Amino acid sequence: MLVRKLKELIIEKIIFLCGVLSIIFVGLIFLFLLKEGLALFKFISPGGFLFGKSWYPISEPAQLGVLPLILGSLIVTLGAAVISIPIGVGCAVYIAEVAPAKTKEVLKTGIELLAAIPSVVLGFIGMVTLVPWVKNIFHLPTGLTALSGSIMLAFMAMPTIVSIAEDALYSVPKSYKEGALALGATRWQSIYRVMLPAASSGILAAVMLGLGRVIGETMAVMMITGNAAVIPQSILVPVRTLTATIAAEMGEAVVGSEHYFALFAVGIVLFVISFAINVTADLFLHKKR
Amino acid sequence: MTPKIKIENLNLWYGSFQALKEINAAFLEKRITAIIGPSGCGKSTMLRVFNRMNEMIEGVRTKGNILIDKENILDADTDLVVLRKKVGMVFQRPNPFPLSIYENIVFGPKVHGLNNRYELEQIAEHSLRSVLLWDELKDKLNHFALSLSLEQKQRLCIARLIAVKPDILLMDEPCSTLDPQATSKVEELMRELKNNYTIIIVTHNMQQAARVSDDTGFMLLGELIEFGKTEDIFTKPKDKRTEDYITGRYG
Repeated sequence: MLVRKLKELIIEKIIFLCGVLSIIFVGLIFLFLLKEGLALFKFISPGGFLFGKSWYPISEPAQLGVLPLILGSLIVTLGAAVISIPIGVGCAVYIAEVAPAKTKEVLKTGIELLAAIPSVVLGFIGMVTLVPWVKNIFHLPTGLTALSGSIMLAFMAMPTIVSIAEDALYSVPKSYKEGALALGATRWQSIYRVMLPAASSGILAAVMLGLGRVIGETMAVMMITGNAAVIPQSILVPVRTLTATIAAEMGEAVVGSEHYFALFAVGIVLFVISFAINVTADLFLHKKR
Repeated sequence: MTPKIKIENLNLWYGSFQALKEINAAFLEKRITAIIGPSGCGKSTMLRVFNRMNEMIEGVRTKGNILIDKENILDADTDLVVLRKKVGMVFQRPNPFPLSIYENIVFGPKVHGLNNRYELEQIAEHSLRSVLLWDELKDKLNHFALSLSLEQKQRLCIARLIAVKPDILLMDEPCSTLDPQATSKVEELMRELKNNYTIIIVTHNMQQAARVSDDTGFMLLGELIEFGKTEDIFTKPKDKRTEDYITGRYG
């Protein structure tokens, strides 16, 4: 009796520990990030960091303006959004509303496979196919540009956008569609006048989550965006993103140096952006219910 | 009087299951015809043949003729958009779109190509007046339609239909989700709409059929057992099965 109770108690505690562990880890990571990142501001003002226009971490004195990196990340993300949102939402509509059952299965499997491609493989494929192509079409000195990054990242955002948007469309009550068709609407009219508005919050959430994935992506962008930390004047120039900066420079930064702390501060900026995107997505998802 | 709708030798299968068997009937203009029968007898299927909504289900086959104003709507080259504009449908569960009240009503006209704002507003007012909702809702046209009460929603769905100027209204158990008071209001509305529309209503509420309809058809296991004036069906049914159903021996 007592043994049994003790057993129950121990199992209960272990499960509880598993439950709170993830929160503890997130908290610890965040604290560590804050501690290391905020130490930067002993050397440089927050304004100088956020709005500084040049990133030369190893020059003397080091210039640690993160603005080119933020803009680099944003332009790549924006480009990926412009490409992946219409295609992704279109694909979701096709799967949810138009495709016959067999095509639907094939497409869904295809989308899952797309999600399963490691980003380094996508980056590699982009490097040998897309980069020369961009170079030739736009007559550029190099094909390693924000555009190349956007196109590759669009492939990474699409699976998320398609599967969540398709769920949203699928959960729209069938009676809306019936009602629209019974009023003499064509299939397309019923989709864009009724189904899409009805699923809009879920579709917005899908888009936000897809973009969240893009902004946090590192390997592919590092391989094909050219990594030049300058403020981008167009989408056809090399850029450097927040993620690529951390990945490329962390190995060579001296622990405890300005540069080291600055990379953690870049991590905080990235964290804040992803967090904002995820919260927005969550808001849209909950608005629906 | 030539009938508005004439059904000739209608058969319908869902896969290998035959849901309608050799149905022949004629529906008269500007009358309410009720189709009654126990669950699963095919009455909803029958209703959905008139605007060919059955075709949304895979594996449906239909044989026979349905003449609406002497045109066979089961012809392969029937334009479904035109047909559904002419033959409107009210569903069992009120299904207003998740849009504003105004957008719900002008949905049909807009889909059919009308864009003139003034005309759309006229249509909205006329349709809401026809379902006796105008006074209640005229100041709330921009409100979200899903915030209405069930009865208001069902009226709105009827208004939405009226806005496309149909000839025939199909009603698939339009009151089954409403309380008795709301039901009697919708029934009152149906009697009023009868002056302008040919109405076919499916119901398994026999009292409702007796109250509102002029003609009644009784269906059982996919067959139309008896069809005639409502008073005749309810007071002197010819078929034993009709009598049994009406007196409540099964159903």
